[in-house]
Amino acid sequence: MAVVTRGFTGRGHSDPKLPPGQYLTEDFPVLSAGPTPRIDLNKWQFTVVTEAGGRHTWSWQELLALPSEDVTVDIHCVTKWSKLGTRWRGVSIDTLLADVESSADYVMAHSYGGYTTNLPLEDLTDGQAWIAYRFDGENLAPEHGGPARLLVPHLYFWKSAKWVNGLEMMPEDSPGFWESAGYHIYGDPWREQRYYGD
Amino acid sequence: MDPMDYMDGNMLAGELREIFSMDVTAARGRCAGCGRMGMVAETRVYQHAAGLVARCPGCDAVLIRLVRAPDRAYLDLHGMSFLEVPLA
Amino acid sequence: MARATVLRRLTWQAASIADIRVETDTARTIVLDLPGWPGHVAGQHVDIRLTADNGYSAQRSYSVASAPADGRLEVTVQRVPDGEVSGYLVDIAQPGDVVEVRGPVGGYFTWEPEDPSPVLLVAGGSGIVPLMSMIRARSDVHSRVPFRLIYSTRGPADAIYADELRRRVRDDRGVDVAYAYTRTVPEGWPRPPGRLDAALLTASGWPADLGPAAFVCGPTGFVETVANLLVAQGNEPARIKTERFGPTGG
Repeated sequence: MAVVTRGFTGRGHSDPKLPPGQYLTEDFPVLSAGPTPRIDLNKWQFTVVTEAGGRHTWSWQELLALPSEDVTVDIHCVTKWSKLGTRWRGVSIDTLLADVESSADYVMAHSYGGYTTNLPLEDLTDGQAWIAYRFDGENLAPEHGGPARLLVPHLYFWKSAKWVNGLEMMPEDSPGFWESAGYHIYGDPWREQRYYGD
Repeated sequence: MDPMDYMDGNMLAGELREIFSMDVTAARGRCAGCGRMGMVAETRVYQHAAGLVARCPGCDAVLIRLVRAPDRAYLDLHGMSFLEVPLA
Repeated sequence: MARATVLRRLTWQAASIADIRVETDTARTIVLDLPGWPGHVAGQHVDIRLTADNGYSAQRSYSVASAPADGRLEVTVQRVPDGEVSGYLVDIAQPGDVVEVRGPVGGYFTWEPEDPSPVLLVAGGSGIVPLMSMIRARSDVHSRVPFRLIYSTRGPADAIYADELRRRVRDDRGVDVAYAYTRTVPEGWPRPPGRLDAALLTASGWPADLGPAAFVCGPTGFVETVANLLVAQGNEPARIKTERFGPTGG
């Protein structure tokens, strides 16, 4: 049991609406495991690769031309901060996968800069996930994953891959960057699945 | 332009001393990516992440990852092909 | 290698604040009472952790400021804008308050008196702290190793330990200090405000062919710039030890 320091409150406020172990924050902490990629929008691409090798690619202009949604969601980071009512605009993964033929159950999300994270396909569909490119009424800033990031708010936010550039369909689950470093393979904040074996 | 939002491996000293009985930051390692030799203290450490990530100052490859849970730590050193540890 | 390490795994310990000294408007020296403090080697640091009563915690690393011979743990903390931990330690902490400490740690950025090489210390802002421990250690053991400190701050009011440095230049024999002020300079100062550059390193540092041991500490950008300048002047990279605080500094 850690020693409590008188008068220290830090940035974290408890709130009964939050998943276990989380604290509410008003700011938007920037968490990054490496240098921020700077991506030329003329070269930006998002690619879905199926387990059979099929490829579907969208350029930046093509992404912006797709039907988009404005969503307001709560987000929960495994480092314990949560932010409620965050506003995003993005393209639903359902839209992107509409013409993709796959029988795979799992997906690896890939990002510029090399980051990866794995998810079950069923957690990306049915209105649960987006490729988001606007946050809080503005274009998504590079340090928060811009130009576009994956947004999967029902899982810990490390699954919402910043600088996303593709989805790889996988028949079997395989751990991504943090999952292979000791974080939980699935990451449900409501069951507090932070670390391997939780 | 890299905004230099990293620290260096000196800040790993406390975390690694909870795991090892010696100071690892004064050890030299070889980057499994580019072969560069350098002190762990001189790696680029990104601390504002879900865990601590130390990268090679030469090629940015990940050298070390450390995830802390309340009662255990997960340490990945596979980004270094070896660590040279002074014993004398 | 730090001799202060003991063959045991290190972990967090409760420490109470014994005293707080004002250094500048934004910096305080915190004297900590840590039972079983084993002493430290100049340049080492400790991690300090604060926990709120709702369980929320934050931790940061701070260099040990005290002289090793004092046998006491003192850290000098500079308040960082929006700093969770530095904001508490500088503005709220009082003697009697309890924090958690892990340390001393660090076997790389250390100076030990056995090394006869002349020493170059280059500090950016709160990067002066571990270098001050080295200057104090030198005096403890009456070392004759010549030290040259180049200290970059925004202006004279931001220089931590200014009075003590003046006294040591006068009394310690073999310590020289040069300042680089980046925003405000005193009346009659020979250089306009500006960043530390190659010319000042040449004027106030050591010639590379003396093989000095260099210690550079401060914000990441500052350290990278200075280290590159030292290499360009002919110093071997292996003779330059660095400690980076991140973009904003301690």
